[in-house]
Amino acid sequence: MPNVKVLAQRQEQRGSRFTGGHSLCSGCAEPMIVRTVLNAIEDPVVVANATGCLEVASSRYPTSAWNVPWIHSAFENAAATIAGVEAAYRALSRKGKITKRIRFVAFAGDGGTYDIGLQALSGALERGHDFLYIVLNNEAYMNTGVQRSSATPRGANATTSPAGSVIPGKPQDRKDLTEIVVAHRVPYVAQASVSNLIDLANKVERAMKYEGPKLINVYSTCPLGWRTPWDSAVRIAKLAVDTCYWPLYEVEEGVYRVTYKPKEKLPIEEWLKPQGRFRHLFKSEKGKAIIRELQEAVDRHWEELLMKERCTQGKA
Amino acid sequence: MKKVMTGHKAVAEAMRQIEPDVVAVYPITPQSEIAEYYAQYVADGLVRTELVPVESEHSAMSACVGAAAAGARVITATASQGLALMVEILYIAASMRLPIVMALANRALSGPINIHCDHSDAYLARDSGAVQIFAESAQEAYDYMVMAQRIAEHKDVRLPVIVNLDGFTLTHSSQVVETLPDERVKEFVGEYEPLYPLLDVDNPSTWGPFAMPDYYFELKRAQQAGMEAVPEVFLSVQEEYSRLSGRPYKGFFEAYKLDDAERVIVVMGSTAGTAKVVVDELRARGERVGLLKVWLWRPFPRAEVAEALSGAKAVAIMDRALSFGNMGALYLDITSAFAGREGPTFVNYIYGLGGRDVPAEHIAQVFEGLEDAVTGELRYLGLRE
Repeated sequence: MPNVKVLAQRQEQRGSRFTGGHSLCSGCAEPMIVRTVLNAIEDPVVVANATGCLEVASSRYPTSAWNVPWIHSAFENAAATIAGVEAAYRALSRKGKITKRIRFVAFAGDGGTYDIGLQALSGALERGHDFLYIVLNNEAYMNTGVQRSSATPRGANATTSPAGSVIPGKPQDRKDLTEIVVAHRVPYVAQASVSNLIDLANKVERAMKYEGPKLINVYSTCPLGWRTPWDSAVRIAKLAVDTCYWPLYEVEEGVYRVTYKPKEKLPIEEWLKPQGRFRHLFKSEKGKAIIRELQEAVDRHWEELLMKERCTQGKA
Repeated sequence: MKKVMTGHKAVAEAMRQIEPDVVAVYPITPQSEIAEYYAQYVADGLVRTELVPVESEHSAMSACVGAAAAGARVITATASQGLALMVEILYIAASMRLPIVMALANRALSGPINIHCDHSDAYLARDSGAVQIFAESAQEAYDYMVMAQRIAEHKDVRLPVIVNLDGFTLTHSSQVVETLPDERVKEFVGEYEPLYPLLDVDNPSTWGPFAMPDYYFELKRAQQAGMEAVPEVFLSVQEEYSRLSGRPYKGFFEAYKLDDAERVIVVMGSTAGTAKVVVDELRARGERVGLLKVWLWRPFPRAEVAEALSGAKAVAIMDRALSFGNMGALYLDITSAFAGREGPTFVNYIYGLGGRDVPAEHIAQVFEGLEDAVTGELRYLGLRE
């Protein structure tokens, strides 16, 4: 189990897998997540990246921030692409052309996963390829300008679900991708957050014990899109965790474990207030009703999660 | 060895003998049997291929890209809507210079939905950057699948290669096909030597970067150089394969009784077989008719085709797909090669859409129609109007 010291050592050893010099925004959570994930894997790694902020900011020709083999093909096919890489690895290992143990990681945003890449992800999960899929979940299409995705929370002001004088932001609830992946009965699924990097590192380590598909949905603050201060990535994500809006949990071989239970569950407003994307909710009755609904949904889902933990712990 | 087999089986046999590292494929009529045969080879342990039974053609091509970039030899197959779904990633495969070989069982694109042959799928991928070859018969489909591997993987080319075979007409009909012994095919295709494979973890490469206006243009120009290298490679692979197989493949197209022909049909795919019968019949009656059957469509051998047609009086260029709002694509390919100089009269025939039969009488009508042809005319063959 890594502590801060171990994380620091790993950063020294493997930190150059993803180097500086990329053009991700100041305050973006993604590089912290990418480094924590790659540093937690001991074996050589090959990375597939969906189109998105990380890809655009790290691979501007003729430069590259990647010191591991890296491939970007398109927006919706990170899972299918890494599946092909992994199939090649199996075939070439069988023929004795590859002798090293190599691990495979896909990075994709919420748009590339919840929406346009869902089919490719589902197919790759069902076929059982050996890969770790990391969702960099910043709850909208940030690379193209903060358009709503199916990960965008109800009430959020996004450029294609704007807060208007009649409609107060996105009318629909977000999709629960993590549970969709759990329903594929893959060996390891988890939610993590940039606010809890040791927890994330632990989860990557546990995931990589398994051969087969693994997914970690990582909450990734976007100060630009969420309209929060540039130094807020960890703080805002921590509020998402402490309000139980984004619970940290894992499902290991079907057994649920909540990896962090806040001592005091904060009201949802604590997380909403500092974010510009929710500011309008506090200014109208309609908005206040949405806040109440968000709170009710968080409470219900948190209870469900605790119940799933209780129900499945016996299986462990 | 000569055997009676369908076009599917001929393609699957070539694939078995090549034994690629990865096959990623999704079922679609009239391609599915290729996938089925190959899955059976895998199930029976006849090949050591990793079969990736994807959930869509989009993922098929995506997995092919991942596998080929990883350093594997990769083959796929599809048709019609499947190719349409692949096209986004086919462009990317070509830009990454990945030598993915694809059998395309030509089928009309929807809508209306139709499962039968025309070339609208191949035409959709015309500008994708993939090399495109058309087969007349199951034999040619087999032969070009083997040759395609060498063309695709040649260091100067490194591009996807599509081998087109007419859906149903070729895929489902039984024909005599002579296959080569397994060892001969394996020797011919050789060991695959990937460039900058992802699985070379000690020498990490970045594949599929983001290129802005400062580099995109140069990268696309470099891709064109791959296409420009194809003709020479195509001819040398043909020559080597002809020696190996005893079947005479020579040139970008087959010139059938073309030397002194006054009236000529240009066509791609299985219709060439019917056209040959008609040419023979008319020749027997003393008519100077001939056929030019295109094998290599992309890159298009403009100069050679123009040279071969320059002695003709009238040429019917037959497109098995509409290019809405303009003449057929093959017509434009050929007539543009004559720009600024004297040439024969050219008429464009659109034929056989959605599997409409092309009997010998229709081909005879085309030759007859060349008597009064006017350049630039667009005619429809076998259409009720």
